[in-house]
Amino acid sequence: MRKERTFLGYSRENGTFGIRNHVVALATSDALNPLARQISQSVQGVVALTHGAGRCQFGKDHQQTQRTLRGLIANPNVASVLLLSMESTLAAEIGADIAKTGKMIEQVIIQECGTIDALARGIRKAAALAIAASEERRRPVPLDALTLAVECGGSDTTSGIAANPVIGKIADIIVDAGGTVILSETVEMMGAEHILAKRAASDDLARKIYAMVDAVEADAKRRGIDIRGTNPLPDNIRGGLSSIEEKALGAIIKGGTRPIRDVVEYGETSRQKGLILMDTPSGAIDGLTGMAAGGATMVLFSTGVGHPAGHPIMPTIKITSNPKTEVHFIDNIDFSVTSVALGLTSIEDAADKLLEEVIKVASGKIVKAEALKQLENGIARIEPSI
Amino acid sequence: MQKAIVLDARDNVATAIADLEPGDILTLKEPGGGSDSIQIPAAIPLGHKFAREDISRGSDIIKYGEIIGRATREIGRGTHVHVHNLESIRGRGDLA
Repeated sequence: MRKERTFLGYSRENGTFGIRNHVVALATSDALNPLARQISQSVQGVVALTHGAGRCQFGKDHQQTQRTLRGLIANPNVASVLLLSMESTLAAEIGADIAKTGKMIEQVIIQECGTIDALARGIRKAAALAIAASEERRRPVPLDALTLAVECGGSDTTSGIAANPVIGKIADIIVDAGGTVILSETVEMMGAEHILAKRAASDDLARKIYAMVDAVEADAKRRGIDIRGTNPLPDNIRGGLSSIEEKALGAIIKGGTRPIRDVVEYGETSRQKGLILMDTPSGAIDGLTGMAAGGATMVLFSTGVGHPAGHPIMPTIKITSNPKTEVHFIDNIDFSVTSVALGLTSIEDAADKLLEEVIKVASGKIVKAEALKQLENGIARIEPSI
Repeated sequence: MQKAIVLDARDNVATAIADLEPGDILTLKEPGGGSDSIQIPAAIPLGHKFAREDISRGSDIIKYGEIIGRATREIGRGTHVHVHNLESIRGRGDLA
């Protein structure tokens, strides 16, 4: 029955489906962030994507930033893009790589004209893109067109007891319908990686899962750092989480129970459908941005003690099962499953209600992070710049 | 309305779903049937754990039916289990 469920989405030329129709003003490096923000403030329907990745990154960081920028542009929630660049070489490279998305791409190169003329050119081009995008219409598309990111931030022990199990049910529903779910936050698999590895679709994927988590732990050991205090964080500890193992065992539940079909790098788009693991840091902004670049169009985000932010191009549904957070953090909470934690509602019944909310948001209902503009983009980094 | 939850029959800790007061007597439903009555000697905040049984120093602390850390001291039945008496065994670069 659920297989026949549809939502109202945007059909893109490359065969993907979006749930938003954003025109994006994309800063290709940190120096373009102010221009991106100014253009976004000046033109209706234009979202600024800013980040801290500057020029002179090299090696893995350069690759990661470039992969992420291209992934963000390709995201199905993006209708068209205004590329903001310092100089013409990078703009041309990105422009060539993203041509196959079929999206309208415009660019402004600030070294050609300086800030004031770049702003004028940017506003003019962004306005034209916004007007063109406004002619796109939503139409019914099946649930399998959804790529769902699952995330937690400001976790506590209630997250693992109720919010994450309810999200996990939705993950299973989306995967069973033929859609895709992305689970990330590698350090929050530490202590639970054996459970994920058992669900890997191949031995090679199981080895990748262990290797991904081992790399984080080996890094802590190489640097002589006790990760306690960094993860779990002080607010996690106040919320009752005592160790990374406990946090991880609760966190992975939000990915559901289905086989793991792929393990991808930060910001990488998988060719597989079904449940995908992405190797990301555990900070929410970095993680959400990686999954947006990987093609996710919506986020189910559980919070225990409270986390305000969503991603600018992916509607982020905030879900809590903490009875106190449900009250004092209500301005930022879209969906409460406190009654599941209290034993008054079953996980299945709560998931049925959440699925209706997922379909509404996929069809255009805005979430609180969008209404309150609590939106942030940020690209994770691996090593220092030179 | 339950005030605490046991997630797996193998668990030696339960999680408070409400602020628990000293002297509270709880009935813990056990996954798979049965129940257990337990008295809480000192306050436990919402979301925090307490021992379902006496746990000896160096023993595994079990939740979700999995190891979440190790007891760094004796922990009596009904008492608070947290970072003061449970230590993580993963990501410990300080021990490497």
